[in-house]
Amino acid sequence: MALIRAIAIQGLEMALVLALAPLLTGFVRKLKARLQRRAGPPLLQPYRDLRRLLGKEVVLADNASWLFRSAPYLIFATTWVAAALVPTFGAGLMFSWSGDLIVITALLGSARFFLALAGLDAGTSFGGIGASREVMIASLGEPALIMIVFTLALVAGSSQLSNVALFMLSASAGLRVSLALALFGLVIVALAENARIPVDNPATHLELTMVHEAMVLEYSGRHLAMIELAAFVQLLLYVSLIACVFAPFLLAPVHASAADYALGIAAYVGKLAAGGALLAGFETATAKMRVFRLPNLLGAALMLGLLATLLLFVSRTL
Amino acid sequence: MIAALLALIGALLVLGLAAVAMRRSPLATKLVYGGALVLTLALFALAAVALASLGAGAREAALPLGLPWLGVHFRLDALAAFFLAVIDLAAAAASLYALGYGAHEPEPGRVLPFFPVFLAAMNLVVLAADAYGFLFSWELMSLASWALVLAQHREAENVAAGTLYLLMASFGTLALLLGFGFLAGPGGDYSFAAIAARRPEGWVGALVLALALLGAGSKAGLVPLHVWLPRAHPAAPSHVSALMSGAMTKVAVYAFIRIVFQLAGPPAWWWGLVVLALGGASTVLGVLHALMETDIKRLLAYSTIENIGLIFASLGLALAFRADAMGAAAALAMTAALFHAFNHMLFKSTLFFGAGAVLTATGTRALDRLGGLIHRMPSLAVPVLGACLAIAALPPFNGFASEWLTFQAILLSPDLPQWGLKLAVPATGTLLALGAALAAACFVRFYGLAFLGRPRSPEAAAAVETDRASLAAIWGLAVPCVLAGLFPGAVIDAIAPAVQASVDARMPVQTGLPWLTIIPVAASRSSYNGILIFLFITASALTVAAAVHRFASRAARRYRAWDCGFGDVGIAAQYSAASFAQPIRRAFGSTIFRATDVVEMPPPGATAPARIRQSRIDPVWDGLYAPLVGFVWLLADRLNFLQFLSIRRFMSFVFLALVFLLLVLAVWH
Repeated sequence: MALIRAIAIQGLEMALVLALAPLLTGFVRKLKARLQRRAGPPLLQPYRDLRRLLGKEVVLADNASWLFRSAPYLIFATTWVAAALVPTFGAGLMFSWSGDLIVITALLGSARFFLALAGLDAGTSFGGIGASREVMIASLGEPALIMIVFTLALVAGSSQLSNVALFMLSASAGLRVSLALALFGLVIVALAENARIPVDNPATHLELTMVHEAMVLEYSGRHLAMIELAAFVQLLLYVSLIACVFAPFLLAPVHASAADYALGIAAYVGKLAAGGALLAGFETATAKMRVFRLPNLLGAALMLGLLATLLLFVSRTL
Repeated sequence: MIAALLALIGALLVLGLAAVAMRRSPLATKLVYGGALVLTLALFALAAVALASLGAGAREAALPLGLPWLGVHFRLDALAAFFLAVIDLAAAAASLYALGYGAHEPEPGRVLPFFPVFLAAMNLVVLAADAYGFLFSWELMSLASWALVLAQHREAENVAAGTLYLLMASFGTLALLLGFGFLAGPGGDYSFAAIAARRPEGWVGALVLALALLGAGSKAGLVPLHVWLPRAHPAAPSHVSALMSGAMTKVAVYAFIRIVFQLAGPPAWWWGLVVLALGGASTVLGVLHALMETDIKRLLAYSTIENIGLIFASLGLALAFRADAMGAAAALAMTAALFHAFNHMLFKSTLFFGAGAVLTATGTRALDRLGGLIHRMPSLAVPVLGACLAIAALPPFNGFASEWLTFQAILLSPDLPQWGLKLAVPATGTLLALGAALAAACFVRFYGLAFLGRPRSPEAAAAVETDRASLAAIWGLAVPCVLAGLFPGAVIDAIAPAVQASVDARMPVQTGLPWLTIIPVAASRSSYNGILIFLFITASALTVAAAVHRFASRAARRYRAWDCGFGDVGIAAQYSAASFAQPIRRAFGSTIFRATDVVEMPPPGATAPARIRQSRIDPVWDGLYAPLVGFVWLLADRLNFLQFLSIRRFMSFVFLALVFLLLVLAVWH
């Protein structure tokens, strides 16, 4: 009985992630449009886009290999599995122990690896631009994320995300300088990894400024739908990650009742909305950076992560 | 057991001699590599059995060879067994690969005699239990590999690489010789058992650490002693390159562990600091060089420096934990180091084999002349992709599992009491994380340019699949990459006796845990389960793909690439090796390598072409080796007059030298 319940909750979590991901992106787009005094697309537009794309035939470049055709499913699957490891509304997920925060980071790295390879597969110049810029951004963003993971793991005494979340929920967490630095770094990494302003512009169609869009330029139909969905899920993942570590309130504990879970889901939706609103506000207020200024921004995130970890190493004996 | 091992090694040496005798025979290639395959497989099986059965015990043997009153001592313990298994698995795969690849060798007589000798020497280094046997085998290994580097001696580049290698190898052996001298002291008993019982005090230990770093580090390719490695490793035939990168660097790691962890006495806390710093520096410098390299074999050699850096960083952590008597943490760090050594042997050998196959199929090692090989060489493209994923430390492959263990060891290090370590460990952690991310970038570039895209030269467009023996060897090492990643607990338990032998502690047993999860430290409750992650990814990818094909659309059409509407602007418009690396070169290279791009634009109306000139320096070569070379030249010039003295003066120099040495001996006692 307990097993069925655990599986049901894990399944519900994975389904919820999938169902809410396009909504979050639609919400951010709508809010951004309103902030810019445009009407903007309807809230449910991402779902319609996905349905339309799924129904269309795929146009493959002449040179595309099997890697190009299988990459969208692999990218989506790794991102989804990574998202399944992040506690959204409840901490005691059944399979949360199969990977820790380092695994989540590396799973996102795998998705990026395949995406960059797919960008190079068709043998076009734009695919190359996108892939080479993406790996440059990731080569600074990923270590920054690892250092932030170190910070969280040292604070909570475990690199397991559900343990971190439960620790943050307990009274012993308190306010720490390291956590503030980590939050700041994590936000920068999240903006970079999700191709948001100021790193990349998700709405651009000016070729020379594109990163993510340039890599997926050759994709169409169902393949593009899978990649778009993976991008939606990744945005949701980062918002959930920040929420469950830095705003874990109302997270359902390990053996929670149905009411606790309901409350957890309601709170989770609220957190997502707050995260989306902050993102929309930030993107409206900021301009995109030149590509070669990005190492400074991401280097700052890396240094923040290192500083946060160093503070913890040093303060252990004080 | 050790007698059987020695007999097999002896048979390898005999095979080398036999190869000299039959070097003109057309069957020689098949016979030598076939024989080496059988012998090394037997050695691997024996080593694996020994690793599983020896536990804390050891087998010893002495042969009446070498110096008449000393003989040579051999000893097989769990640590030696682990490294024997690593070396002989790589050797067996290389022999199998060479059964196919060796047919393309222009001068087999320059490779065949040295190949089995090289294999035997690597095995002997690991088995040796006294300084004499160790140094003799070490030098034999260096010379055999040097001869193999010079197999294609008509290319000036290879000759220069061979000379540099010979210099560095002799220097390394000299350092080890001095190290053993200090360890044995004036007593003069050079067996490892006597040295370990002596427990050298204070400064001798520190001196031995420095000499071991010079000797073993130069063979492993630790920065700043790495300069020979990216020149010599690619110069050899590809199966030898694979052995030099995959196995010989592991022999160096073994030598370092044996000397520093077992013979040099109790470590001081700062030993770990030095090793950590060198490891961290190697990681980042190695991978940055690899990212900017356009020759596939040299790229792989630079990536070896990165992985050696990772192994040494874990060893540094293990040393620091050991100095502070944190047994469990030391065991975790040592497990990470040995696990990564094993993993690196697997994927680096696979990649070098793959590079060799690409070289025979296209005749070129330049990334800028490859492309599209996934269509032309489909059976090669899959295992090479697997090895790229593994070396990029992506789950669920083996490279990730060992890197994960290293990170878990770093998370235990705040408990170290010394301030120097408290500052150095997080900094090294940053370097390792940076190295891992850059390695992923590097292998996207490697695979994307060589195997994906459109062929950049007619040779690449006409490439054909490589032979079956080569493919069997490549698949034979790529499949264990996946297996070791899916079942890391089994590997951790298998290498536990070797860890026990080197740091006197071991990690908790992992195979009994539910669902084959690994939990390195019970207190931190951090866990990783490779098989579940793999199953989740596979299941969700297949389910989604099936659902999309069933309920949405399954139609597909081939057409010209869209490329934002520009149409087909030609193959040359693809990203090249230099253009892919350019953002990273600009982000990292401008400070470390002083990378510069100079664009020369002709004035309007002029018909001259525009040019771009790229340059970068190797900071280690320019900062350390170039002044050293200059100094040696200067010294040679100044001392030149010594060659033209009278016999009387020469005699007086000899006399003075004798007096000096006697004085030293008198003071020493």
